[in-house]
Amino acid sequence: MKTEGQVRIPSGCAIAAVISRDGKRMSGEMITNAMKPMHDRSNGLGGGFAAYGIYNDYKDFYALHMFFDERATRKNCEQFLKERFEIVKSEIIPTRKISSITDEPIIWRYFVSPLKSVLASLQLDEKEFVARTVMKINTEMKGAYVFSSGKNMGAFKAVGFPEDVGVFYRLEEYYGYSWTAHGRYPTNTPGWWGGAHPFTLLDYSVVHNGEISSYDANRRHIEMFGYKCTLQTDTEVITYIMDYLLRVQSLTLKEAACVIAAPFWSTIETKGEKERDILTYLRTVFPGLLITGPFSIVLGFEGGLMALNDRLKLRSMVAGEKDDLVFIASEEAAIRVMEPDAQNIYSPAGGEPVIIKVKEGCF
Amino acid sequence: MFFDVSNLKHKEINDLIRGGGNDVTLSGCLGQRFIAAGMGDINLTIKGTPGNALGAYLNGAVITVEGNAQDAVGDTMNDGKIIIHGNIGDAAGYAMRGGKIFVKGNAGYRAGIHMKAYENKIPVMIIGGCTGSFLGEYQAGGRIIVLGLETKEKRIVGNFPCTGMHGGKMYLRGDCRGITFPDQVNVKEASADDINEIRDDIREFCALFGTEETELMSSPFTLITPDTKNPYKRMYVPN
Repeated sequence: MKTEGQVRIPSGCAIAAVISRDGKRMSGEMITNAMKPMHDRSNGLGGGFAAYGIYNDYKDFYALHMFFDERATRKNCEQFLKERFEIVKSEIIPTRKISSITDEPIIWRYFVSPLKSVLASLQLDEKEFVARTVMKINTEMKGAYVFSSGKNMGAFKAVGFPEDVGVFYRLEEYYGYSWTAHGRYPTNTPGWWGGAHPFTLLDYSVVHNGEISSYDANRRHIEMFGYKCTLQTDTEVITYIMDYLLRVQSLTLKEAACVIAAPFWSTIETKGEKERDILTYLRTVFPGLLITGPFSIVLGFEGGLMALNDRLKLRSMVAGEKDDLVFIASEEAAIRVMEPDAQNIYSPAGGEPVIIKVKEGCF
Repeated sequence: MFFDVSNLKHKEINDLIRGGGNDVTLSGCLGQRFIAAGMGDINLTIKGTPGNALGAYLNGAVITVEGNAQDAVGDTMNDGKIIIHGNIGDAAGYAMRGGKIFVKGNAGYRAGIHMKAYENKIPVMIIGGCTGSFLGEYQAGGRIIVLGLETKEKRIVGNFPCTGMHGGKMYLRGDCRGITFPDQVNVKEASADDINEIRDDIREFCALFGTEETELMSSPFTLITPDTKNPYKRMYVPN
């Protein structure tokens, strides 16, 4: 495979998302089609989706989606999992053979629950234990990779164009209240199945269009807290930053947005006293997690989405709505595919988070 | 001629336009890029949502979009007109060096970035609503006019307008209170002579979108020009 530097294919990533505020479930067909008019933004080296609310029958179990290079790796990994989890279901993720997607690894999913005895002896809460296990597999187990680890959600990703990846994973057979999608044009790493978006940890998923220039500063900072960046791709570090700020530090979504896309000091000075104090506090406490360089991201989580641009807005992002549905995409055309009559189409300002939550009790 | 361009690729669409006579209407447009790139001497109407770089390098054609347009409309255009009956995405009129862009609604970030002018080539961009941050970034020539119509509580421009401006003129309707401009530009109320310079452009805008001219012109305008006495010294290198 030719790596970056040997080949140049001018393009730019594409993202899209749709969520029902009423928690109504939609098949993955709509979001797959939304990626079609943005085809030229990707180069076929990665596409993927995250879906929320798709595993209702197993909603109390962590759904581990995994890639394996060979059968022996899978057998070893299953042994490892059995010592830590109760595995209630283990199956191959159904796919379609299509000519546009080739060289697939072994793709498996497990619905698991951490063993109470293990949690007690490690004195860890469930989520922290699952997160650490994911890190352990991804850094230490050669040939095995966890690409999704949340409850009642799942990521589906591959090397290929996103509209083909949707067909490959039979996404029309899944029904979720929230979907995100990504078409990839890798800028720094050769395309590999694990490197496609979304990047996930627990129920957090991130799709990202851009190329952050603070990658290494962010990586060094976040690795102090037990995260391991295994892929040298900037989106992975954004995912771990969001997990750290939201789950570990218990920040609100808006506060987390003010950390990673912090307003300029000159902008902070123009704010009222209370807001100025909060923004100053966040910039002072988390300077290492300021993300610079172009990005537009959609963060998926249980019961909602957050879309965010870098503070200079160096990537495009459009939002729109119709009835209970809210749409986000790199281009308006993608929204028009999902809903030709979408209303209130607008471009959020740089650093202005768009937060959409499903009504309480509806997911 | 009339073409339904649903599911066609941009090259196929541009081939149809070239062979379609002087008046062409497209329907079903959805995200295809580079429409009418480099074209002259044609009247094109688009229904749907044209993709990025609509009318890039435009060389005399008149494009009307009955809806919104995406990013980089009129990138490096040389001549002609682009009329948008809706909003426009980021980096509209990127480095344009001639012709006119009329937008009924709002513009995204970096509208008019690096517009330039030479002798009788003076590009004009008029935005009816408001714009995002970095309006007229590195503007080197031409006229950028923002009217702030129907923007309610919203400010007429976002943050950091005129960053790096070193040529041309920017007209913002209203007194621009609360907007911070860089030290390297002059900001003043537009004089009667200044207003006369844009009167024809405004008249054309009003005719296109059915806006009431008298009311629009009753408000003062703010004129921003580069301050040649305070150039960008020692910004990147000691000079």
